[in-house]
Amino acid sequence: MAKGSRMSADSALLPLAAVVLGLLVGALIMLAGGYDPLTAYAALIDKVVGDPYSIGETIREITPLILTGLSVAFAFRTGLFNIGGEGQFIMGMTGASIVGIKLSLPFWLHAPLAVIAGALLGGLWGGIAGYLKARRGVNEVITTIMLNWIALYLANYIVGSFLLQPGQQRSYLVRESASLSLAALSEMFGHARLHAGIFLAPLAAVVFYILLWKTRQGYELRAVGHSPSAAEYAGMNVNAGIIRAMFIGGVFAGLAGVVEILGVFQYQVIAAGSPGYGFDGVAVALLGGNHPLGVVLAAMLFGTLTYGSAGMSFGADVPPEIIRIIIGSVIFFVASPAIIRGVLRLGKRRGSGEVA
Amino acid sequence: MDILRIAGELINTTLVFSTALIFTALGGILSERSGVVNIGLEGLMVCGAFASAVAAYYAEAAGLTGAAPWLGLAAGLLFAMLVSVIHAAASITFKANQVVSGVVINFLSAGATVYLVKILFAGSGQTETLNTAFHKMAVPILSQIPLFGTALFYAYPTTYLALALAVVVWYVLFKTPFGLRLRAVGEHPGAADTLGVGVSPLRYAAVLLSGAFAGLGGATITLTTTSNFSHNTISGQGFIALAAMIFGKWHPFGALGAALFFGFAQALRNFVQLFEFARGIPMEFLYMLPYVLTILVLAGAVGRAYPPAALGDPYDPGKR
Repeated sequence: MAKGSRMSADSALLPLAAVVLGLLVGALIMLAGGYDPLTAYAALIDKVVGDPYSIGETIREITPLILTGLSVAFAFRTGLFNIGGEGQFIMGMTGASIVGIKLSLPFWLHAPLAVIAGALLGGLWGGIAGYLKARRGVNEVITTIMLNWIALYLANYIVGSFLLQPGQQRSYLVRESASLSLAALSEMFGHARLHAGIFLAPLAAVVFYILLWKTRQGYELRAVGHSPSAAEYAGMNVNAGIIRAMFIGGVFAGLAGVVEILGVFQYQVIAAGSPGYGFDGVAVALLGGNHPLGVVLAAMLFGTLTYGSAGMSFGADVPPEIIRIIIGSVIFFVASPAIIRGVLRLGKRRGSGEVA
Repeated sequence: MDILRIAGELINTTLVFSTALIFTALGGILSERSGVVNIGLEGLMVCGAFASAVAAYYAEAAGLTGAAPWLGLAAGLLFAMLVSVIHAAASITFKANQVVSGVVINFLSAGATVYLVKILFAGSGQTETLNTAFHKMAVPILSQIPLFGTALFYAYPTTYLALALAVVVWYVLFKTPFGLRLRAVGEHPGAADTLGVGVSPLRYAAVLLSGAFAGLGGATITLTTTSNFSHNTISGQGFIALAAMIFGKWHPFGALGAALFFGFAQALRNFVQLFEFARGIPMEFLYMLPYVLTILVLAGAVGRAYPPAALGDPYDPGKR
């Protein structure tokens, strides 16, 4: 994992090797299942870059992954494990839905307000876990997991009781004035669901960078992450740092939910289960070395694989679940650098003709 | 009389919902007492549920109707144990971040089981429904006790197994040399190593046992409540078991109590319409109940819970 703000050659090489190994594992499993991995991967690539619509939809898929990845990465940087991206995402959706549906405002006010409402609600949801960790010493892994479930049912209750379109299992559409859709851009990409979120996500990555490496606050947060006791000794308020870090992480994940509602779907469904972007954010953050640039690149890879997996199932008849196996393997290899170093060393030795 | 009948059924349903949680939480205790975090319990349960549904289905097809659920139970145990080797290797041998490794287990299990189901069942996302799952059985004599005999002693064999295993795990952990060593490795691996206790072998054993227990937990769900396997058969039970483990302060009987409590919270939803005063409560709030209660309890109602001291630290003999 990258220690500082710059990404070293090693920190770029490890994820790359992990991705290659992950794709290899996927290929082996496809072979074992009687499928042709080359046809499958070709179908995946074809699905992603085949036409402007697919390219646009792939970008759409990448957008929330950048944001949930940033959410997990920000917490990681401050020594916290935010497995609650899922719940913060759901609360972000809910905040955006409430403001987007219930209020009637001019567009220059409505959309920003809906975005802020979702971001704040996501932040609040992360902040609860931060508060419980800081003041009560409750492990944030457990609270965020619990809060994921509570968010799911709370959102279902809110949608079902206050926002429901009669006869449907979903809310009314958000008002035109709150929508983040970009018709002109969408037109260019064969009516793919492109929206302002695709600019918001990279912007969030920049904010992440500035916040953590260019401000005093960020310095403190990193110090807390590095060594809470040293930070405490240096006179920093560790507990406040924990709450703040979880809040900011929640804001990122909340924004991911916001753009899905205001940009993509325009309504919120009564969901049977979690949307999954929060958990994928864990993978994205890990693969991206918890660095904003790394997160953007990792999200691009994950988004491409996820969107392309439908192509694999259509073009090569491979069940799309294979993609979860590939992603899981990639994280496994990223998390166990010893394996990758072993494989790389093996390759080098062979390459230079040495005998083991 | 009516309120007694309802109470009896509530207790019985509580036992049904608790069983899988008891197994899995016990598995979590074994792993974490040895110092290895196991967020992967959810995935391991998924593996157990998957393997048991497949094995029991093929056993039925082969005409082994009587043995099918038992074969399913064994298959669930073995398959999840096999998958837990990945977690053990990553977190013990390769010193990976244990939480991350657990997340990987969850990812891989979710993908691999549905992938395999689609291959085995011609593209369908779920297994065929089993004809022979476990049946509830009455304990002779005890089930004849008036009022609560049937509530407590008319249950699935897996429930009795889970209750028995809670005692076994307690005995092994606190009354045998193996248990003492396992706990030592989780509290102070360096000291244990100095005394000649093999840290890695013990941790491997503990993680594999946690896989076996979580596998039993997952299998219990397909073999008693759902009768088939699909992607949402487990849906969070592993995480609740994890909470039960912490709630129960890493002690087998504490976890048993917590699992019963969660089972009760889940069972309550099925009965709420029977109580006049509770009819106005929206279902969503009842679904939230176990999770809200967990947070409230962890946040202070029962005091601080202290995990094993070395939990989460890969053991590196070079660093003292």
